[in-house]
Amino acid sequence: MLTNDSIKQQLIEKFGDQVQNFQEPYGMLTFEAPKELNLKVLQFLYDEASLGFRFLTDLQAVHYPDNKGRELAVVYHLHNLVANVRIRFKVFTDIQTPDVYSATALFSAANWMERETYDFYGVNFVGHPNLKRILNVDELDYFPMRKEYPLEEQTRVDKDDDMFGR
Amino acid sequence: MNEHHIKLPEGSIEKQTTTLNLGPTHPATHGVFQNILELDGERIISAEQTVGYIHRAFEKIAERRPLYQITPLTDRLNYCSAPINNMGWHLTCEKLLGVKIPKRVDYLRIIIMELARISDHLICNSIVGVDTGAYTGFLYVMQYRELIYEIYEEVCGSRLTTNIGRIGGFERNFNNTAFEKLEKFLNEYPAVLKEFENLFARNRIFMERTIGVGPISAERALNYGFTGPNLRAAGVDYDVRVHTPYSSYEDLQFDIPVGSTGDCYDRFLVRNQEMWQSLSIIEQAYRKVKEFKGKDAEVFHADVPEYYLPEKKDVYTKMEALIWHFKIIMGEIEIPPGEVYQSVEGGNGELGFYLISDGGRTPYRLHFRRPCFIYYQAYEELTKGSMLSDAIITMSSLNLIAGEMDA
Repeated sequence: MLTNDSIKQQLIEKFGDQVQNFQEPYGMLTFEAPKELNLKVLQFLYDEASLGFRFLTDLQAVHYPDNKGRELAVVYHLHNLVANVRIRFKVFTDIQTPDVYSATALFSAANWMERETYDFYGVNFVGHPNLKRILNVDELDYFPMRKEYPLEEQTRVDKDDDMFGR
Repeated sequence: MNEHHIKLPEGSIEKQTTTLNLGPTHPATHGVFQNILELDGERIISAEQTVGYIHRAFEKIAERRPLYQITPLTDRLNYCSAPINNMGWHLTCEKLLGVKIPKRVDYLRIIIMELARISDHLICNSIVGVDTGAYTGFLYVMQYRELIYEIYEEVCGSRLTTNIGRIGGFERNFNNTAFEKLEKFLNEYPAVLKEFENLFARNRIFMERTIGVGPISAERALNYGFTGPNLRAAGVDYDVRVHTPYSSYEDLQFDIPVGSTGDCYDRFLVRNQEMWQSLSIIEQAYRKVKEFKGKDAEVFHADVPEYYLPEKKDVYTKMEALIWHFKIIMGEIEIPPGEVYQSVEGGNGELGFYLISDGGRTPYRLHFRRPCFIYYQAYEELTKGSMLSDAIITMSSLNLIAGEMDA
């Protein structure tokens, strides 16, 4: 039986205190590891017969501008289709050198997902075969989903944020 | 050589292969995306896809919108089955908020979602027919998609981009016309679907055009992140409705059709079988809806005053309803902090919503897992070495929807 506890147990046995911050929001096991270890963790989750997380459901980034030194989070959603268990795995990176190893060798699906993540957040996936913009125009010189780019022009005066605070 | 001489690009005479731009506005792509094909005669040597022509930054826009204003954005993902996207979004919000949905609403949602699945598969399969040279099927089934759209219209007032339902249920109860039209659909559609199937399934021309075209093995399909009918055609019985049931799908009986080779023919058959299964699901759900008697038969939403708009006559006469109305419309409701992933079985695969809330009035981050964005990257592998005309069929049988790809 593959349960959140048994996954956690096996990860701790293998990686010790490098994997940390285990949580279970809405029942999905969530944990993080140092960004240098992301491929090792993914490979371990993929290869280990008792884990078998071989389906990459989704990959995206989140920007936390106030988290100094770990501004960008890359989030992997993995799925073991046989046991039907999902987990969420995060690595954090600083925004000055956002280098994260690419998972394309393990999952072909990661190719475009990583391109999209690069396109919007500027995460530099090291080892990606074709890391270029995918949805935005090639000439764009910034990463638009980062929080410093507000959706609306902040100088607008016709919208009072006290009243319409969003 | 003088100045009137046409200058050819360097090396263009020696080049043995042809570069062909298929798209972005070619009618055979059925959507705005581009394929740069390298052809040797009629054989494809390599294909490079370009997407993003209708990118509308939904994820960014969603970071400035209260939850209920995000529903219209989800319409525009896979617009062939917009209600599934809407329901998926409502389910995500409800999971985050911990709302308990009454059974009747669940069944009504199932009816709408399965109707949407039928209309989605109908389009895809009949377009495969068009691309193999059979236009009749496409025109014939269109009138039943029309009937499905009329049912949406009775429920929510619009047809293509539906914005159907609200967080907690539906905006209004289904009226009698909606049920009448549903019954009409249930009565008439099986014969039409049978006829449609007869036109194609054992048609020799169709079989020869599709069997063995654009195949993918189960292993590669999984590695490429395929979901939905395309994955099942390769022989993997993964369906979100069964694996992680939502909206009371666990109460109903249905089969998951699977193929074996993952080629265009199997994808066609799987979609066709799924339409039969959807019909049976609708029938079961409708029977269950009819079982509710008295007050229960009037239930069409859960009690979530913070997110579900109060009735208009209460807004005019009751203080509390007026306050909620104002707060909801102005987006002044704080969303509880949390991190949630919810997926539904969309028309072409697992449609996922990853929502992070930091306790503000809008999502901190919202990501859509768009199935066809993920599986379109396999297109080169599917078509390498095949004929140009096969590549066209492969494209339409993958059910690529530009709106979903570009979010």
